Amino acid sequence: MKQLTEIQTKALKDLICRIADDELILGHRNSEWTALVPILEEDIAFSSMAQDKIGHSLALYQLLNKLGEPDPDAIAFTRKEKDFKCCHLVEYPIGDYDFSLMRHFLFDKSEAIRFDLLSRSSFEDLANIAKKFRGELKYHTMHADTWLVQLGNATEESKARMQSALNQCFPLALGIFEPGEYDEVLSSENIFPGEKVLQGMWLDSIKIILDSANLSIPDIDTSDRSYGGRKGYHTEYLKPLLDEMTEVYSIDPNAEW
Amino acid sequence: MISEKEIWDALYDVKDPEIPKISVVDMGIITGVKVSEKDFVNISMTPTFAGCPAVNVMRSDIEKRISLMPVSGVNVDVNYDVQWNSNMITEKGRELLKDSLFALPPVHNGFVSIEMLTNIECPLCHSKNTKLQTPFGPTQCRAIHYCNNCFQAFEQFKPV
Repeated sequence: MKQLTEIQTKALKDLICRIADDELILGHRNSEWTALVPILEEDIAFSSMAQDKIGHSLALYQLLNKLGEPDPDAIAFTRKEKDFKCCHLVEYPIGDYDFSLMRHFLFDKSEAIRFDLLSRSSFEDLANIAKKFRGELKYHTMHADTWLVQLGNATEESKARMQSALNQCFPLALGIFEPGEYDEVLSSENIFPGEKVLQGMWLDSIKIILDSANLSIPDIDTSDRSYGGRKGYHTEYLKPLLDEMTEVYSIDPNAEW
Repeated sequence: MISEKEIWDALYDVKDPEIPKISVVDMGIITGVKVSEKDFVNISMTPTFAGCPAVNVMRSDIEKRISLMPVSGVNVDVNYDVQWNSNMITEKGRELLKDSLFALPPVHNGFVSIEMLTNIECPLCHSKNTKLQTPFGPTQCRAIHYCNNCFQAFEQFKPV
């Protein structure tokens, strides 16, 4: 690994932690669909995507470990709520299937572009991971796109449900791109072009699918933006999730299962 | 001194626990083998999918197998320095996947498109009158298809 300055290390850790926490929490949420999804194929899809996301968080926590942070299990299971940097979108309970599907669409579109941008990062370890993940993400976005177009053009009910899920998710999804204090360092060092750039590319990319799904995108200029997650201010939903996720670890950190 | 070739040969004995016919070498997940002067073996391995639950089993199987050889020690490093893709499955690996009744991932130029998942040849009756059921199968690396000719579902090793 090339020698990093103190500020570069801080900026990198912050960026990696945001991405990894999003993956861990959404992976956990997706796994809550296991055995409950309306149809078998979707059950497998959500379970499989959960597995991918948790796998991604592991690789990213390993990278944090390489940068001087504790081991991945300790990072995932011992931090306090305020030390998590996930966005609000991933924290929300699974809700109805339309909500989870829309969240999956909006989030994974951003993630696919994020990893594509990171695959050209000057920080090689992160670029290598991103190159791997973007291939996996392709299947996630393919899945989401197919359902969006299908349901947006099916019955009156499916269309209404998807539009309402979009209206609910949109301000939350804008929280993915909450500006960070290291954005300038990340972009000037060619580590990551920044959340603003990502948000622009994301809007273009979701528009293509939402148009084919005949769904209208809420106006970004008048929309609320659910910020705070990246700085440790979370929704009421994160704490109970963390309590459940860390239950075994808190009883016995050495337990194997 | 033990040679790197001997290590590679031994690695053919270590199988993918999810498809026990195929070795870790034929899966293309072994990305480096180095033997130091003191016969210490360093092996680089990369997962097919980041969340593959078989990684730890394979890592420990590799350590066990190599420890049977005249070496002073072995370390398996799982990393993404080389990123796995389905083109890295060897010719022999593709044959073995066929034997296990998997449809094969089309060889690609680095870009995977949705078309690569349509009209995949059925491994049972070889018809191409098939339909993708879902890109997510029983493990992360498999998709499920349905054959309209022999009315059977089958699995494909996904192109990535």
